[in-house]
Amino acid sequence: MKAMIRGNESIAYAFKLARVQVVPAYPITPSTLVPEKISEFIANGEMKAEFVPVESEHSAISAAIGASARGVRVGTATASQGLALMHEVLFIASGMRLPIVMGIGNRALSAPINIWCDHQDSMSQRDTGWMQFYGENNQEGLDLGIMAFKIAEDKRVLLPAMVGLDAFVLTHTVEPVDMPEQSEVDDFLGEFKPNYVTLDPNKPATLGSFGFPEHYTEFRFAQWVAMEQAKKVIDEVFEEFEKKFGRKYRKVMPEHTEDADIIFVTMGSMSGTMREYIKKLRAQGKKVGMVKITVFRPFPKEELIEALQNAKVVAVVERNISMGFAGAVYGELAATFANKSKKPKFVDFIVGLGGRDITFNTLESVYKVAEKALTQDVDDVNWIDVNKEAVYKSEGLQ
Amino acid sequence: MNYENEEFFAPGHGMCAGCAAPIIVKWILKWAGPNTIVANATGCLEVATTAYPRTSWRVPWIHIAFENAAAAASGVEAATRAKGEKLNIIAFGGDGGTVDIGFQALSGMVERGHNVLYVLYDNEAYMNTGIQRSGSTPWGAWTTTSKVGSANPVGKLRPKKPIAMIIAAHNAPYVATANPAMFQDFKKKVQKALSTPGAKFLHVISSCTTGWRHDPSKTVEIMRLATDTGIFPLYEIENGDIENMRITYKPKKFKPVEEYLKPQGRFRHLLKNPEYVKKLQEDVDAWWARYGHHYHP
Repeated sequence: MKAMIRGNESIAYAFKLARVQVVPAYPITPSTLVPEKISEFIANGEMKAEFVPVESEHSAISAAIGASARGVRVGTATASQGLALMHEVLFIASGMRLPIVMGIGNRALSAPINIWCDHQDSMSQRDTGWMQFYGENNQEGLDLGIMAFKIAEDKRVLLPAMVGLDAFVLTHTVEPVDMPEQSEVDDFLGEFKPNYVTLDPNKPATLGSFGFPEHYTEFRFAQWVAMEQAKKVIDEVFEEFEKKFGRKYRKVMPEHTEDADIIFVTMGSMSGTMREYIKKLRAQGKKVGMVKITVFRPFPKEELIEALQNAKVVAVVERNISMGFAGAVYGELAATFANKSKKPKFVDFIVGLGGRDITFNTLESVYKVAEKALTQDVDDVNWIDVNKEAVYKSEGLQ
Repeated sequence: MNYENEEFFAPGHGMCAGCAAPIIVKWILKWAGPNTIVANATGCLEVATTAYPRTSWRVPWIHIAFENAAAAASGVEAATRAKGEKLNIIAFGGDGGTVDIGFQALSGMVERGHNVLYVLYDNEAYMNTGIQRSGSTPWGAWTTTSKVGSANPVGKLRPKKPIAMIIAAHNAPYVATANPAMFQDFKKKVQKALSTPGAKFLHVISSCTTGWRHDPSKTVEIMRLATDTGIFPLYEIENGDIENMRITYKPKKFKPVEEYLKPQGRFRHLLKNPEYVKKLQEDVDAWWARYGHHYHP
């Protein structure tokens, strides 16, 4: 069945189709529509779930942990400051190995306050032990939302997962999607039976206890092992989904990479713009390709090495910045290749912060530097579409 | 069923000798019975009872962080409703985790009306981190962040937050103050709270031998003095009806506040200045002048 939905609705529908039982959530632009839609589904009797209208994002994720520990399927959604407010509790959700799924409307962080798209919010949570998926469009939001439960709940994984969709570009944009039937999703996910220790008066257990130095590292290593296992489970679930629903997902999606000298690395909605731009460059005979990263945690090192190793220049195009170093994707990619004798030249491009549009002109500026990098050294970090003169002046450098 | 002869809070934990918190927890669990889930805020109680792989808890127990026991309990309760099950959900928090850093989550939980009993064991400072002042530390108490010296002979310069009144003002169905030294009153209130649907709040005084600086054998005695001097009054408020609060215990003859101050090192400096003792006595007298008529034997 075709449906016309906004990105936020793709998360809400994923929760409904997954028969999520508890949704604790706090509204924040641009993900507010998720709890609104859940509230509507419940009010209409279309969804049987408890919506907990908490008083903060910190309590949203805390209540999500309490509910998940009680042995029900739990979903929530947030963005930006809300995700930052959750920060300390995100570690606890993953440390307690609870398969919570959270939709993220990827949005910039203050200051200055800004409600529009970039990836700083979830990139800043990359060390919290959550799996991270990024959708290019609303169909991916819906599909990844459903698959996230299956991956997170796999006995070999038991880790929470975030599904990121770009603020406004996707969260508020209506797109046609293939809406799976309830019976198909029921069949794909199976009935939720917690395969972890829960809060059950018939079998009392202590959850969230105090770990001394003689045990703490083993708990952390177990999370590492689970994240490594997730790589395989993600592949299995993607393949099963493809067989059942006909849509192909991979941790990284290479396009035109076989003969490419320059490969662009993208995430999220900018991938569509990049695809069109590559068509244009290819028509001019330029050997360019792209790799879209769908799964950022666990970081798909093996697939990225495979996809990028023959390029001369890898242009990482990203909507986040770690001040004083570089973008997160660039840093991780460069580290992924650190011990390879054969490696491309990596160049980082910071684009589209705080909702600044990523246009063909943006990508052309990126391409010019990447092309130059084929023959000479260029800056490792390149800020694109920024009024540098104004900034240098205000910082007293001119 | 009566579970008073069963233990749901096992011995062997690391709470200090003379700490009142285990007394409070042990008895509340006996009155709640095995069909209970506990959410615990970070604090002495959590740290000293769950050193992995050991635990003192014979009921299901969850700890997430410091400021979110009420939110954790909200989630446990929502999931319990989703499962169509009925049981006691009890949150335990110290005064830091309840009146300060956990205040927002508690307010939200009560406003939403989750069927949870929240128990504050109030030892009147951040004892787990080493006796720092909290919003629940009384005026004049020495703590490691309200130190007494020549420029500040008083210690804490602000009064204690009236947390029970604040929670009652949320129109919570049942709010009460309790004192484990006043055992029958304590028991009645716990049982009443457990049998009332919705978000209930118990403010229980809990002496800390380390932070209050008293002999560990004097715990119950000192807590009783808190009520017999009128410093920690025992009352209950239903459905936010503060005008009709009920004081459940009134000493036949109030003891002077000095008797409560004297055995506690945290107040030692106050006794050097009669003005301070007088101020505290006046505060207590003022409270009873204002609310004392709510005692109906």
